Amino acid sequence: MKDVKEKKQHDNIIEAIDLSHEYVQRDEEGNVERILTAVDHVDLDVWPGQFISILGHNGSGKSTLAKHLNALLAPTGGSLYVDGKDAAKEENILPIRKTAGMVFQNPDNQIIASVVEEDVGFGPENIGVPTDEIWERVEKSLKSVGMWEYRKHSPNKLSGGQKQRVAIAGVMAMEPKCIVLDEPTAMLDPDGRKEVLAAVHELNKKKGVTIILITHYMEEVVGSDYVYVMDQGKVVMRGQPREIFSDVDKLKSFRLDVPQVTLLGHELREAGLDIPEGILTRQELVEALRMAAGED
Amino acid sequence: MFRDITLGQYYPADSVLHRMDPRTKLLATLVYIIALFIADNPAAILFVTACLLVIIALSKVPFSFMVRGLRGIVLLIVIAAVFNLFLTPGHVVFHWAFFTITREGIKNALLMTARMILLIIGSSLMTLTTTPNQLTDGLESGLHFMTYIKVPVHEIAMMMSIALRFIPILIDETDKIMKAQMARGASFDTGNIVQRAKSMVPLLVPLFVSAFRRANDLALAMEARCYNGGEGRTKMKPLHYAKRDGMAYLCLAVFFAVVIVLGVRF
Repeated sequence: MKDVKEKKQHDNIIEAIDLSHEYVQRDEEGNVERILTAVDHVDLDVWPGQFISILGHNGSGKSTLAKHLNALLAPTGGSLYVDGKDAAKEENILPIRKTAGMVFQNPDNQIIASVVEEDVGFGPENIGVPTDEIWERVEKSLKSVGMWEYRKHSPNKLSGGQKQRVAIAGVMAMEPKCIVLDEPTAMLDPDGRKEVLAAVHELNKKKGVTIILITHYMEEVVGSDYVYVMDQGKVVMRGQPREIFSDVDKLKSFRLDVPQVTLLGHELREAGLDIPEGILTRQELVEALRMAAGED
Repeated sequence: MFRDITLGQYYPADSVLHRMDPRTKLLATLVYIIALFIADNPAAILFVTACLLVIIALSKVPFSFMVRGLRGIVLLIVIAAVFNLFLTPGHVVFHWAFFTITREGIKNALLMTARMILLIIGSSLMTLTTTPNQLTDGLESGLHFMTYIKVPVHEIAMMMSIALRFIPILIDETDKIMKAQMARGASFDTGNIVQRAKSMVPLLVPLFVSAFRRANDLALAMEARCYNGGEGRTKMKPLHYAKRDGMAYLCLAVFFAVVIVLGVRF
């Protein structure tokens, strides 16, 4: 059994075993007041090239979990391996941050430079990439998110979706194997949300970058390979999107809404129509309804 | 009210000034400021103004951009001018009640006004043609010698460039908070100075809270992108002196010499 786990650590890009994180609140004398378990014995395994979504309501611990994947937080219990490196070890912090890039929620608060191309170059500068190669990387990553024409612009003049794509390019320029996106669309309008998601899917398909998308929008989860649902620090559901969305009532108990199409399908089924559970797209619903109508 | 400040706002264009090495521009700005204070007669001020106009034309930055930067300090200029006008002793040309205007006062007021305008336009010209990152790089390598006396040059430079990047964001935010409070009946432009200052307090508190939150987010984002100080960093845009910088230094030396000559002779 142990051998299997050892081997898995090297195949998986991210492997969390019993991962926990506790925030300890102390009163003024330094006595422990209460312990908040933000991440509660979570197991996670992600293969290279996968598109993983982590779903959860506010305060479900999903952002705390995300910060572990980039070694911004160290686990207080259990273990985490990123690309085979133990996240609990101090000397692994920088290599882990190179392997797993991170995109945050607020696009304004993660852009460091006042010109788009300089911001994308910030990461490679930090890890000591030679000048010529920085330029190559900046060009490649800005092109991969479709922001190359804006390279000389000031980030302040871009829309939210564009800023977030610049932030993604900034992470891409460090050539990570994996990108963790912590609610990248929470502050964007619907158009910006679509833009960012399209860019992320493109990176996953064309460049084979592993994506871990943390979100509370159900619609964004539909295209992913595997979904984890978190509630109060625990992983409460895991599976492919179709499996997850088949259980509308359970999702609702975690204060999560299913996509409208799925909900409509579910309601129709409840009302006695003969259509399958876990409908994800409008197309599927139309076909299922045709089938049902044809049989009638 | 806060939108008028152009300091720290880069204006993208393709000009000799934009392509010039930031170290050259920094030194030139320093020399320019010193020259402004050496120039204490109309001839020298006129000469400095003429030079500045040539440089503005070279920079391809619209003139209105620089004038916009002045609006914020109009009050300061007026106050300085008034004090100079009324409080300089010398040859009396006008006297009424407490007010005495002297010939020296008029001269001083005019010179002071001209100097301040030239100072603001000149220094915002540098920030308009230099991206904050270039500015940081310029300061960092220009002041590198200070690391030997344990001055954290890289860290200071990084702090400056981040501050510059966040100025417009925080200005926008101030505007937003002001509008939100005005919508609920707050007023920022009525009452005397004390009342106005007091009405700023509920503006500053949320602004500070949000600035700290932003700082925290930014620190995380920088860490996530492997930032850990100046050691082992490479440069995306390393600084190289070009021919134009040599030319610029030459012009600068001539400019400074002329100002000194004009300042001494008259």
